[in-house]
Amino acid sequence: MIETLKLEKAFGYKQALKSTTMTIEAGQVVALAGPNGAGKTTLLRILAALSRPTRGRVAINGIEIPQGAMQARAYIGYVGHQTLLYDELTIAENLRYYARLYALDNVDARILEVAQQVGIEKRMDDAVRTLSRGYQQRVSLARALLHHPKVYLFDEPWTGLDHNSSHVLTGVFERARQEGAAVLFSSHEFERSLAAADRALIMRNGRMIYDGARDEWRDAAGFAQVYTEKLNESDSK
Amino acid sequence: MIFFRQLYAILAKELQVEWRTKETLSAMLVFALLVLVIFNFAFDLQGVDIKVLGPGVLWVAFSFSGIIGLGRSFAAERDRGSMDGMLLAPVDRGAIFLGKALANFLFILAMEGVTLPLFVILFNVSLEWFPLVGYVLMGTIGFSAVGTLLSAIAASTRMREVMLPVLLFPVLVPLLVAAVKITQGSLQGAPFSDFQGWFNLLLAYDVIFLVVAYLVFEFVVEE
Repeated sequence: MIETLKLEKAFGYKQALKSTTMTIEAGQVVALAGPNGAGKTTLLRILAALSRPTRGRVAINGIEIPQGAMQARAYIGYVGHQTLLYDELTIAENLRYYARLYALDNVDARILEVAQQVGIEKRMDDAVRTLSRGYQQRVSLARALLHHPKVYLFDEPWTGLDHNSSHVLTGVFERARQEGAAVLFSSHEFERSLAAADRALIMRNGRMIYDGARDEWRDAAGFAQVYTEKLNESDSK
Repeated sequence: MIFFRQLYAILAKELQVEWRTKETLSAMLVFALLVLVIFNFAFDLQGVDIKVLGPGVLWVAFSFSGIIGLGRSFAAERDRGSMDGMLLAPVDRGAIFLGKALANFLFILAMEGVTLPLFVILFNVSLEWFPLVGYVLMGTIGFSAVGTLLSAIAASTRMREVMLPVLLFPVLVPLLVAAVKITQGSLQGAPFSDFQGWFNLLLAYDVIFLVVAYLVFEFVVEE
């Protein structure tokens, strides 16, 4: 579960997040949309305990961060703009390293399990620098899944993914829903991403301007209409 | 136990990456060799007491080469985003600091392991290896601890290549002065009591800055 209450983040004089309040329950898959600079990445980084809020409260699975950040991190699987992988190491070496950071037992078995889940098991001994962007993103997904997270935070995960890799990603979200994890992902690609979502949020200038369940927008075309309307309303205020 | 497993994972990763690329060590070794060769040509070995001047040359080679290694320590992590990977995990920030500092210590030690014998050859110096190696180790411990902390600070700035030496050298002055004085005393075969004061300073520096860097590191890397 993800909870924020009047969450704010300022970088110097720039207010990147303004009083954001939301709750994402276990088993929900929620899309986060908004124009560039809306604050999506800032929000995701705070939820991932990579950045401290300036004001307000954040809780992951009932654990407040940053106070309980060490505990909360064990529940968070995060995929950001960068893959967080070491180019010089192989897929297996990268995953083994992260498995050790998360103090996992049965490391080799778990690595193989997540590798099979994202379809990278045939190239475990290949160096990451030899992989395409889409394949690296799959490895990054595997890295985020290693420790059985309860909260998935993905920042534009569809970037650079081909059709097969998109399918893998959708499968990950579906599995997360079945396992009762909370998923929040940001995306500009409505066509590919919204099929997986139960609910959608729209941000603009650091504020949440829309929070709607699937039956309000139904599909990507419907959401695109809502998106445009909400941005225009926000501009006119 | 988890703390040490995570520390080991970070150290092992650092060594593994360096083994594959050899970027840091090769740059450090070349620079150290360059310093020794230039100073070797600059000084007339007949006319100077090399045991007085040599320690300064040695520690110039160690410290400038060391900064090259330290500069890469966090800069590469920040550039590729893998620093976030470490910070995302439930890893004690002290384990991250110790893992990185240990790796830096080993890389600088490897550089010194080549530079010191070259110094002996190029400057035609006779010395007693045992105490001198111990003193160099002590200097390297403090250098690595402070350098790792300040490297983490510098890596998050735009002018990181300039920022690290600007931040590091003023803080290193006590260590470098003490290290040079101890090395001089050791090369000259002086009794320990002649440079014990400098030894005590170096020991205190190592302990204080190792502890301070360990405690402060969390606040440096967290956004």
